[in-house]
Amino acid sequence: MRAEAKLGFILLLTPLLLWLTLLIFIPHVDMFLVSLRERVGVGKHDTSLANYRTFLTEPLYLWTFLRTAVMSVVATAITLIIAFPVSYYIAKIAKGRLQSALFLLCLIPFYVSELVRTFGWMILLRETGLVSNLLLWAGLADQPVEMLYNDAAIMVGLVYTSMLFMVVPLVTTLESLDDSVIEAGYDLGGTGFSVLREIVIPHAAPGIVSGCIVVFMLSLGNYLTPTMLGGKDSLWFTELIYSQFIVRFNWELGAAFGFMLLFLSSLIVWGMLKITGQTLEKTMG
Amino acid sequence: MTPDLAPDLNCARLTKRFGDTLAVDDVSFDVPPGSFFSILGPSGCGKTTIMRMIAGFLDPSSGDIRIKGRSMAGVPPNKRPVNMVFQHLALFPMMNIADNIGYGLRRQGLGKAEIARKVDAALERIGLPGIGARKVDELSGGQKQRVAIARCMVLEPDVLLLDEPLGALDLKLREHMKVELKALQAAFDTTFVYITHDQSEALVMSDQIAVMNNGVFEQVGSARDLYYRPDTAFVAGFVGDANRWQGRITAVNGEAMQIETDSGLTLRGARHGRSLNVGDRAEVFVRPEAIRIAGTPEDLQHFDNRITGTVTSLLFNGAASRILVRDTAGEEIEVTLPQSGEYAALSRGDAVHIGWSGDQGNCFPAGAA
Repeated sequence: MRAEAKLGFILLLTPLLLWLTLLIFIPHVDMFLVSLRERVGVGKHDTSLANYRTFLTEPLYLWTFLRTAVMSVVATAITLIIAFPVSYYIAKIAKGRLQSALFLLCLIPFYVSELVRTFGWMILLRETGLVSNLLLWAGLADQPVEMLYNDAAIMVGLVYTSMLFMVVPLVTTLESLDDSVIEAGYDLGGTGFSVLREIVIPHAAPGIVSGCIVVFMLSLGNYLTPTMLGGKDSLWFTELIYSQFIVRFNWELGAAFGFMLLFLSSLIVWGMLKITGQTLEKTMG
Repeated sequence: MTPDLAPDLNCARLTKRFGDTLAVDDVSFDVPPGSFFSILGPSGCGKTTIMRMIAGFLDPSSGDIRIKGRSMAGVPPNKRPVNMVFQHLALFPMMNIADNIGYGLRRQGLGKAEIARKVDAALERIGLPGIGARKVDELSGGQKQRVAIARCMVLEPDVLLLDEPLGALDLKLREHMKVELKALQAAFDTTFVYITHDQSEALVMSDQIAVMNNGVFEQVGSARDLYYRPDTAFVAGFVGDANRWQGRITAVNGEAMQIETDSGLTLRGARHGRSLNVGDRAEVFVRPEAIRIAGTPEDLQHFDNRITGTVTSLLFNGAASRILVRDTAGEEIEVTLPQSGEYAALSRGDAVHIGWSGDQGNCFPAGAA
């Protein structure tokens, strides 16, 4: 009986282990080894940290790296600010059918691929697009306005793409907050603001942090949205990685960039957990 | 409780509608200072609606609520001098015990030292000194209960509302907390308004009880009044247990009257001032503990209701043990078994004589409940 249970456990675990080793562990080890190679001649490589040195000494790489990080943090913050009231409304104020309908409305855009959704934004924001024409018609602009290919456009795209991933964990944690706890907050003399600060936000903290982690990771690793809405000069770090691998065929430097991105995202997530006093188990459980 | 003192809580012609349903229908009552007032009723009778209107979470459709003489119309919950102990207590799980109790004081803008002092005093008062640093989920049910009361009482409200706070506790603890709540109320000397569907909670703790049904107060009175002198058939059936018969009145003589039940028994009862005339349909309620058991009919000579029957069941429940007696009409009557031991040998099928005085049979016009 015990032996059978053990066999069952191993069988259940095997797909997970295969997936982890073949698709996550081995590629990363290989990538790491590639990133440590320095090309010294045709088909000749030395082991060195030269690729990482290149990354640290080239201002454009470093600048893009920091810019990507800051923009992702800002996108995460904006997503949180927009998603929190939306989630609060869905979880606590809307009831019954309205609640499910609103939740579905948040979900429906994700039935369409990210590519199509981003094209949607391009149709709205381009020089001959809807918004530009509307401004002309209303007399608020005297010539067509180009609203694509700038940081604001990237930000709009990132926030839009990430919204659902913030709303879902927030709605889940807010729904688990007993209404009578909020009422008790008011009953004991709390104002709307103090109830939010002392009761609602501390309760929702695990949801806020897990939503922020997911949105931050998605923004940092996003390739499509910054490229399409930000144009050639969007300076997004994933574009640098892409161009090293595909355009310049410099796998060694591309691999080093990949590892820097992994390091950066881990560092910021770790910092976020430290600041908020949350643990990974609590936010992901 | 001097009569010249204004009531702590006064509700005048309070009405609340939800769409087409009338949840609370023109209810008026006064709660004198320092008293323990209970609203007792089955679920859905509107008692929670009254409480939420007093707390300020619902606005009355019409009528007014006055606390210490001040109208509460348009005053939000956080500005009212009432606090509420919620059904599931609603302690803040994200704070420790001291922060829970200190929450309201922080909202009042008191200094840190003063809050700490008041919180310590409150913990002392509820008999749980030194647990301030603990988490909410580390406490037992009874301890949470006391913390929830302390959290309200540090604010020194004029009225404390309690919404079935004992519902989640197990039986033994509930019995214990009844006594404790009454003691806490005396210690804090605050007006308590308590709502419950559990009659024993209301009977044990309250100075005054309002029995509520379908949005109206059926009767307001002391526990004794409700139990021995119910005003309506609903109160007679809801508070305590009762054997009930329906029938037609065949004779009225002052307060005493005679009723012929549908099953064919002739019973004597009392109308206690209610208007009942010969020929009226009526309902008579007799409490199981008002009925005496005897081995011979001679022992029951002084009772005007006497029935001979056979025991069909023994319902053993310690001190509250009962038997079911099948009478000549084939109905079963519940009778409380005296605990003096003389009927310990009683078993199914035994013939017994039961009787009660007509005064114990409360008669009401039929169809009222």
